[in-house]
Amino acid sequence: MLTRMLMYNPQLNAQGELIHLLTTEGLPKRILTQILDQAAQYVDNGELLNNKWQDLAGTSVFNLFFENSTRTRTTFELAAKRLSGDVSSLNIQASSTAKGETLLDTIHNLEAMGANLFVVRHSESGAAHLIARHVKKGIAVVNAGDGRHAHPTQALLDMFTIRHFKGDFTKLRVAIVGDVLHSRVARSQIHALSTLGCPEIRVIAPKTLLPTGIEQLGVHVYHDMAEGLKDVDVIAMLRLQNERMAGAFLPSTQEFFKYYGLTPEKLVLAKSDAIVMHPGPMNRGVEIDSAVADGPQAVILPQVTFGIAIRMAVLAIVARNQKANK
Amino acid sequence: MKNIAIFGGRLIDPLNDTDQVADLYLAGGKIVGVGSAPAGFVQDETIDAKGLLISPGLVDLAARLREPGFEYKATLASEMAAAVAGGVTSIVCPPDTDPPLDEPSLVTMLRQRAKNLDLARLYPVGALSRQLKGLELTEMAELRDAGCVAFSQGDQAVGNLQILFRAMQYAATFDVALRLLPQEADLNAGVAHDGDYATRMGLTGIPVLAETVAISNILLLMKETGARVHLCRLSSMAGLDLVRAAKKQGLPVTCDVSINHIHLADVDIGFFDSNFRFDPPLRSCRDRDAIVAALADGTIDAICSDHSPVDDDGKLLPFAEAESGATGLELLLPLTLAWAERQHVPLPQALAKITAVPAKMLGFAAGLEIGNRADLVIFDLQAHWQVTPATLKSQGKNTPFVGMEMKGQVVHTLVKGKRVYQLAN
Repeated sequence: MLTRMLMYNPQLNAQGELIHLLTTEGLPKRILTQILDQAAQYVDNGELLNNKWQDLAGTSVFNLFFENSTRTRTTFELAAKRLSGDVSSLNIQASSTAKGETLLDTIHNLEAMGANLFVVRHSESGAAHLIARHVKKGIAVVNAGDGRHAHPTQALLDMFTIRHFKGDFTKLRVAIVGDVLHSRVARSQIHALSTLGCPEIRVIAPKTLLPTGIEQLGVHVYHDMAEGLKDVDVIAMLRLQNERMAGAFLPSTQEFFKYYGLTPEKLVLAKSDAIVMHPGPMNRGVEIDSAVADGPQAVILPQVTFGIAIRMAVLAIVARNQKANK
Repeated sequence: MKNIAIFGGRLIDPLNDTDQVADLYLAGGKIVGVGSAPAGFVQDETIDAKGLLISPGLVDLAARLREPGFEYKATLASEMAAAVAGGVTSIVCPPDTDPPLDEPSLVTMLRQRAKNLDLARLYPVGALSRQLKGLELTEMAELRDAGCVAFSQGDQAVGNLQILFRAMQYAATFDVALRLLPQEADLNAGVAHDGDYATRMGLTGIPVLAETVAISNILLLMKETGARVHLCRLSSMAGLDLVRAAKKQGLPVTCDVSINHIHLADVDIGFFDSNFRFDPPLRSCRDRDAIVAALADGTIDAICSDHSPVDDDGKLLPFAEAESGATGLELLLPLTLAWAERQHVPLPQALAKITAVPAKMLGFAAGLEIGNRADLVIFDLQAHWQVTPATLKSQGKNTPFVGMEMKGQVVHTLVKGKRVYQLAN
């Protein structure tokens, strides 16, 4: 008789508290709400960027970016510093792994230096899960983007932005537009929106940029912007990497922009008070028109600011729960 | 060579579809008596097999022994020991060693080393192309004469249809079989089954098309060339449908499936567990169910272990960077038994998939008849054991079944009438 091993959620401890943040999938609504509420406290206290909190005092935070990033790494650094954490950012591509050291060797060396919390970005899906499975007890791992899999803090800051501007998730239609195939942001958004009760999530893209079976995540698929944007409350644009534009996925940036770029003409199909989000960095004239990006419905810059609050909330919560978990 | 009498065992003969309790007598490396001893038989050794089952030794159509070239993963000695501990008495090894088995001298050397170990029998598969690069054909006739039982590209696709066409023509000239893993290289650039689970986990998908396009091409080329082809490790319902239809048309195609694909599906990957990374990938539950159905209706001829010992350095990586494969020689029997029990398949029929049928492909009869080779496995059908690194003899300790409880344990293994493994008390 084959006996299956029990599956467990590696992000939660036995009490159901968040000890790592690896993905928004499978996280209960109470934890998503807890993160949003704690971030709101940092925002509501005002002077988010000038105040200092003590949540991470005595905590060593290592930002491990195995893949390039400016915005996410900087906001994580700022978030940890706002919480009085000791932050080190490692440029991994130019360091030990380039000399042949394995991912887990790097992690174990940093553990030996007293790391308490790892913020990890990696080009392969599941890298953060692997690290979380192998770190010592009491050390937290926060996924800052892994392959095509998950970018949970980006999705949470998007949720924060939606809640800030729209309030109740249970009455919203949300459209996610662009390169869903390669997007960790889209996957994390879909899971978070579903858990928070969003009744209608749409994805809009050509078939080459949609992964197989995306409908199984509970989304409605559209290939036409005019149909997909009709009466939506939120438009979440995705970044399209220019190197993926030519060849097999798409014939040209021009054609993509014509059919899937968000222009003022297409924006009017959505509700008049619809908000436009983008995870950045934007490709103007490829996925979004400047008139929209800089227009009154865009909430792209507030997203960046809220991102600091969300990352503060996540770091504070996992660090606190890990301390209690020791 | 000792004369051995085995008393009181339940003989399962998959070749003749019989199941009976009888004594068995071995001499000169062969079975010399069933039920009663031949005249003048004097036993040197006895084995009490009461309560145990006796089957012809298992024939594994795909087990990588990693030697030469990958001794840090496994050695011929470690894997031969694992084979007999798993009741496997004949091993077909693919040519993807380093260097690959593309020279007769390499094949001769490997066979000699295996012979010196005096454990299981080794049946090397020769490389279909030099260095497995898919550009030039190997000296197939010379390699056959050196002992190669078939020709293969290992786990790589033949990148060029022209080369595959010529290889099939040439193989047909000498009536040697090809063993092909049907995966179209251009569609195979992923790490998991292209389905909703890969989408959910953000893993790059390998579509079923990678298998069906390759099978379609191979079947068309078979018709044209008359080559004999064995398709290795099928993974999909659509692929099996193509093979089923081809068999109905009378095409001499055979195929196997791995023990992993009988029991597992893409959803078992869980949180990126690299022990579940395989090539071809674990496909959907519907595909797995189709594999089980195709075993029952005879579309799938044989089950193999797809034994691929991988060290921790190859597995403790993000899923996409981890090496494919798992150890399997010691799991071939219990996982076949688990399938048989779950599907209510009679033991002789189930064991035929890992004894009589693959043996026939290699050109010998694996039955419990007088005159047949005395390669036997004696096992306890009811014994339970847990798969742990300590219980596995293989140097490869990575398997998706680690931690699980297996039913059916090998007690003795005999090769050429000699006991080569005995379960420690």
